Amino acid sequence: MQAVLLIDFGSTYTKVTIADLDREEIIGTAQAGTTIDTNIMDGLKVALAQIPEPRGGWNFVRKLACSSAAGGLKMIASGLVKELTAEAARRAALGAGARVLQVFSYELTLEDLDKIMTSKPDIILLAGGTDGGNKEVLLKNAEMLCALPISLPVVIAGNKAASGQAADLLKKRHDPVVVADNVMPELGILAVESARLAIRDVFLTHIIQSKGLDKVEEFLERIMMPTPAAVLAAAELLAQGHGSERGMGELMIVDVGGATTDVHSIAKGDPSKPSVMLKGLPEPYAKRTVEGDLGMRYSSEALVEASGRRLFDYLGWTEDQVACQLGLCKEDPWRLPHTEEEVKFDMAMGRMAVGLAVDRHVGTLEVVYTPFGASYVQHGKDLTPLPVVIGTGGVLLHHPDPLEILQGAVFDPEEPTLLKPQNPGFYLDKDYLLAAMGLLREVSPQVALRIMKKYVLKL
Amino acid sequence: MEQKTLVLGVIGSDVHAVGNRILDYALTQAGFKVINIGVLSTQEEFIHAAIETKADAILVSSLYGHGEMDCRGLREKCQETGIGKILMYVGGNLVCGKQDFESVKERFTAMGFDRVYPPGTMPETPIADLREDLGITED
Repeated sequence: MQAVLLIDFGSTYTKVTIADLDREEIIGTAQAGTTIDTNIMDGLKVALAQIPEPRGGWNFVRKLACSSAAGGLKMIASGLVKELTAEAARRAALGAGARVLQVFSYELTLEDLDKIMTSKPDIILLAGGTDGGNKEVLLKNAEMLCALPISLPVVIAGNKAASGQAADLLKKRHDPVVVADNVMPELGILAVESARLAIRDVFLTHIIQSKGLDKVEEFLERIMMPTPAAVLAAAELLAQGHGSERGMGELMIVDVGGATTDVHSIAKGDPSKPSVMLKGLPEPYAKRTVEGDLGMRYSSEALVEASGRRLFDYLGWTEDQVACQLGLCKEDPWRLPHTEEEVKFDMAMGRMAVGLAVDRHVGTLEVVYTPFGASYVQHGKDLTPLPVVIGTGGVLLHHPDPLEILQGAVFDPEEPTLLKPQNPGFYLDKDYLLAAMGLLREVSPQVALRIMKKYVLKL
Repeated sequence: MEQKTLVLGVIGSDVHAVGNRILDYALTQAGFKVINIGVLSTQEEFIHAAIETKADAILVSSLYGHGEMDCRGLREKCQETGIGKILMYVGGNLVCGKQDFESVKERFTAMGFDRVYPPGTMPETPIADLREDLGITED
C-alpha cells in the first residue's frame, strides 16, 4: 500500500483524506474542528485518529495540505480603471484562491490606506496600466503604499514599463516585493497566470509562517496552496483529463459553504449561437467567483435578503416562519437540520445560494436594437451548453435531496438573459474529495483523476 | 520617435465593422499603435481604454446617423476623468439625411472634436492630420 495523507485545514473543519496510490482508492476520510488558536496539530490528530490505523501504523509516502484557516488568503487588489486593470487584478487574486477583501481603482487615497490597515490583508496585488500605457498610477500607488506603517507582501502585476521602478520604491517599506507579468498586457487581454503563480509563491514562503501554520510543517511536507486553489486545480484536471485518461469535459463546481458560495467553471464560454457579439473583459478559462453574502450559516441573513421573494415563493412560508428558522441558524452555526421544517429550510436556502451564485457567475446576453434590427451582445461566459455541474459543500453532502438544491444552477426561461446551463448532468462530490484531489494532482495527476471519476457520484 | 497610441472604435448602437477594420489596418500600417475597441462602444469604453493605455488620440467612427446624439458629452467626460486635452477625431455618416457638412463640422467642433471628417474620407487624410497634430516628423 502506498498511502498519501491529504489535509484541508478549513476555517471551521480540518478534513483528512487518505488515498492509496496503488489501488487508486480512498482508504478513509474524517474531520474535526480546526484548532488554529491553540495548536493546529491538535485538530489534525483528532481527525486522523478516526480513521482505523493498519497494523504496523501508517506509513505515508507523501503528506500534503491546503489551508483556508486563519481567514484564508486575504488579499487587496488595486488597478487603474475599475472595469479594466482593477477587475483583472481582482480575477487574478480570485484565481489564486484568495478572499478579495477590497478592490481599489485609480490613485490610492489616505482613506484607502486606512482601509488597508483595518482589513489587514496577507498580500496586496498592485496592477495598473497596459504594457507601455499609463505608468503614473503604478508609481503613485507604490509611493503611497510606502506610507503604510506596516510591511506587507506586495505582488506587482502592472505596466511592465513601470513595474521595476515601482518595485524599487516598494522595497523601501515592504517585504517581499515580487514582480509578475502584467494582468492586462494589452487592452482587453487578460493574463492572470503569472500573477497567480507569484501569489502562490508568496503564500508558500511567507503567509503560512505568519499565520502560525508552519507548526505543521515538521509533520507534513508542506502546505501547498490555499484550499480554493486546490479545488480549482482539481476542477481543471477533472475537466481536461491527463495523458490518455479522459476528463469529463467542460464543467462547473458549486461549493455551498457556511459563509460563502464559490463557483468554479472550467469552460471557454464562447457564444453558443451565431451572430452574437462578445463585449467586455475576456474571462479566464478556469474562472472562480466567491459570493460573500450567500452562505448557509454565517451569511444566512444576507442570503435571505439577497433571495427576496424567491425564497418565500419557493417555501410557501410566512415571514415569521422564515425568521424563526433564521434565528436557529444564527444561534448555532454548527447545527445540522433535524425536523422536517429545518430540512426544508436548508433545502430552500441551499437552492437560493446555488441559484444566485450561478446567476452572478455566468455571462449575460443583451439584446441591442440597432437601426438594422436586433443584435445580441454577450458579456462573460455562455454556459448554456455546459454538460456537467458538480455540487460540494456541507448542505449538499448532508441533505437527502441534493439534486433539488443543485437545480438552482439551471437556466430559467423567465430569465433568458442569464446564460446558465440548460440541461446539465448533475454530480455530487459526496466524499468531499475535490480539495484533496487538487493536492494529489501535485503527486500523481493520473491517480487523482481516476479517483475523482470513481468517487464523484452521478445524481 | 516613440510610437503613438490611438483608441479606435465605433460609437453607440452601431454595428458597422468593415470600415473599422480597414481603419485599424491602415493606421497600424502607418506606424501607430492601434487599440481597437470595435463596434457598439460606449463613451466610457473609449475613455477607459484611453486612460489605461495612455493614448494620444481617440478616433470615433459613427456610420448609422445617430453620431450627434452618441458623441455629445464625450469631451466633458474626458475632462472629468483627467484626459481632457486628448486629441479627438470623428468621422463617418455622422448625421441623418443630406445636411450641409460645414454645419455638421461646426456642431462637432463645438462638442470638442479636433477634426471632423465627411463621408467618403480615405484613411490617408486622418493619418496625415495625426502626424501633424501629434508632431510626428517624417524620418
